Amino acid sequence: MTDAAIVLRARDICRAFPGVQALDGVQLTLRAGEVHALMGQNGAGKSTLIRLLTGVYQPDAGNIELLDRAVAPRSPLHAQQLGISAVHQESHLLPNLSVAENICAGRYPRKPWTRGGGIDWRETRRRAHELLARLGIDIDVDQLAGGLPAALQQLAAVARAVAGDARVLILDEPTSSLDADEVRALFALIRKLRDQGVAILFVTHFLDQVYEICDRITVLRNGRFVGEYACAKLDAPGLVAAMVGRELAGTSGAVAHARPEGAATPALSARNVARRGQLRAMDVEIRPGEILGVAGLLGSGRTELARLLFGLDPRDSGDIEIDGKTVRLEQPADAVLLGLGFCPEDRKHSGIVAELSVRENIALALQARMGLRKFLDPAAQRALAEKLVAALGIRTPGIEAPIGQLSGGNQQKAIIARWLATHPRVLILDEPTRGIDVAAKQELMNEIRALANGGTAVLFISAEIDEVVRVSDRILVLRDRAKAGELPGGAGEDAVYSLIVAS
Amino acid sequence: MRRLSRHALFWPLATLALLLVLNSCFNPAFLALSWRDGHLYGHLIDILKNAAPLMVVALGMTLVIAVRGLDISVGAVVAIAAAVATLLTGGSFNAGGEVASEHPLWLALGAALLVAAACGLWNGVLVVKAGMQPIVATLILMVAGRGIAQLLTGGQIITVYYPPFFAIGSGFLAGLPIALWIAAGLWGVLHLALSRSALGLFIRAIGGNPEAARVAGVRSAAITLCVYTFCGLAAGVAGLIVSSNVKSADANNAGQLFELDAILAVTLGGTALTGGRFTLAGTVVGALIIQTLTSTIYSLGVPPEVNLVVKAALVFAVMLLQSAEFRSLFTRRAAADPGAPR
Repeated sequence: MTDAAIVLRARDICRAFPGVQALDGVQLTLRAGEVHALMGQNGAGKSTLIRLLTGVYQPDAGNIELLDRAVAPRSPLHAQQLGISAVHQESHLLPNLSVAENICAGRYPRKPWTRGGGIDWRETRRRAHELLARLGIDIDVDQLAGGLPAALQQLAAVARAVAGDARVLILDEPTSSLDADEVRALFALIRKLRDQGVAILFVTHFLDQVYEICDRITVLRNGRFVGEYACAKLDAPGLVAAMVGRELAGTSGAVAHARPEGAATPALSARNVARRGQLRAMDVEIRPGEILGVAGLLGSGRTELARLLFGLDPRDSGDIEIDGKTVRLEQPADAVLLGLGFCPEDRKHSGIVAELSVRENIALALQARMGLRKFLDPAAQRALAEKLVAALGIRTPGIEAPIGQLSGGNQQKAIIARWLATHPRVLILDEPTRGIDVAAKQELMNEIRALANGGTAVLFISAEIDEVVRVSDRILVLRDRAKAGELPGGAGEDAVYSLIVAS
Repeated sequence: MRRLSRHALFWPLATLALLLVLNSCFNPAFLALSWRDGHLYGHLIDILKNAAPLMVVALGMTLVIAVRGLDISVGAVVAIAAAVATLLTGGSFNAGGEVASEHPLWLALGAALLVAAACGLWNGVLVVKAGMQPIVATLILMVAGRGIAQLLTGGQIITVYYPPFFAIGSGFLAGLPIALWIAAGLWGVLHLALSRSALGLFIRAIGGNPEAARVAGVRSAAITLCVYTFCGLAAGVAGLIVSSNVKSADANNAGQLFELDAILAVTLGGTALTGGRFTLAGTVVGALIIQTLTSTIYSLGVPPEVNLVVKAALVFAVMLLQSAEFRSLFTRRAAADPGAPR
């Protein structure tokens, strides 16, 4: 590849936050017509680098060149004007505006002053339609963005990002909430843009996707630049080794099963739980020390089951027994009192309280369980948080840092720490590994196993079937919001797939 | 100095100090205190005394705003509580020239507070159980409440002749106004409740992310209901102070525009209107700023007809001073200088 094709070059980028050197001498080179993967564990500095490129933050040192010209993006808008656009994990379309309005937002065509100089809505729609057609995306431009499925919103967000002649397109974990077909559609779009000469930076935790679509890989570790590799020359184990700085032992092997035989009463037993339009009546049982995996496609009722069991949504029918006793479980507060815990799928919306400290976030569920009168004073909270931060290896400038400042994987660990603090009887984990890098995933799985070995009943929900197979003692397979079947632990992925697709 | 200026209370306190200095420039006797008839006298004492009802209302408002709510009915609740208290106290001259109350004083005050708390509960139910937007839910009582107060008083200004009632608003205890003791007591109780129990953590969690708080097992609905009820109760206390101070209840004017002053006090104190981040001490300072502003306008000798315009201008200046964005316009140039030590 000749240097003539280089679109963006970032050299020796450094950026510190209070207590953390997030980036230290990082290099990045993006070339026209290439898809470039940015890889690294949680907290490696990927998000920070992206925020520097898009002008959210400014670097402490280092320079950024765009087409051989030094640039210093001051704000996301400024970055866009320079030709650097980004699409984030959760698409940032405005749900209450139409697709056309979203795509043209900020650069609405104006009517000539002779006709009032207002926004030319017809031209807005025409431009949006033309752009989508050119990119081969089939969306009605008059539809409200909020009404679109997540995948189409993602495509529309990409379209919006490239609408203003982007030279560099940054995709920050765009696939984390998409299923296989949707990923394929997104990749088709990415290839089209690549062929039009856009330099694309692609961030993901899915290794297979890297090898499917990327040409080169830049690896970061602990805020430092590890290297830039051609995809063809670095295989997956090599990539993981570069990311974590060591060979991963047993990444693909099963986690040791320590199935308690004949544990008498189930820790949680739900009979006939159902909610109209969400989940058809089903029975679920988890014994102490058991990990029950839940597998199924998007929309199969995985999350709905978890929400019903935890009392987040009211159920139309069904009884829930804890340790053999029928209990009243109508709201999450009841569930917490009964010794249940729930790590929700959507961390930002229903997991963390962003402006509260790591300490307060960790103490929250335990305090809620203890009620108003028994007060966990700040000293006790600190001790608890220090212990769990160390135990789970949460990377944070300190326990008093707002949790919103942590990287996604560390936020997730802190939410798990929140529940570990309550010593739950039953812990429901909905997609705990989403948006977490390989090494952290393995740590998390080991953590979950250890928890089960300690006698906690775990309900483990994941879209990644290999994970479910690897960690579970028993697998519950869902299809079309109903139970498709149950498999014993150690069943192969094929057995799970055949249950998922069987009709 | 830098650490000091980062403290949450720095700018509210600086603003208050500035206003006090401004006042003492126009009126050298402004800061003077004297001891007469067994208690303190002076402009500062007047400000503290007159700010007491606003402090009380604004403390309740602080908690409501902290859980992402708003209560614009507090002014009307002040009027209702004032009406109930004055009606039940009343007072008439008996044969011996002594003044007797209609009902025992404790009953009158208790009933007024109970009604006020019920008003707050009503707001809470509309917000929590019926899922209304707080501003709309409390708008109902804001409008209806004055009507209720007028119904109670029969459209009359109810006058009280029973002297013990006057103590609340104009009495002194240990040299300081009783109204001030009430506000300080309420602040103390709240401060203890928030720092010595989990209530503070729960309220900040609910305000920061209601859904996450619910998932973590916080009883958000119950706590939010309590917070609205407390806000109503606080407005009721303010109603007692106001009516006792003027020895009467005027359903039309008692607590007029209190809701706006209370929201302003909360904002001036540094509580975020988006919920989650709140400061009780800030709110108290905010209430004092507003009362000092009012005194300033009098001491400047502003004619009544331009009173509101001057107040608006001063509030605008105060808000600008407190805006971090506005201040950064002046500090950015210094910070952007790479040679400057950080």
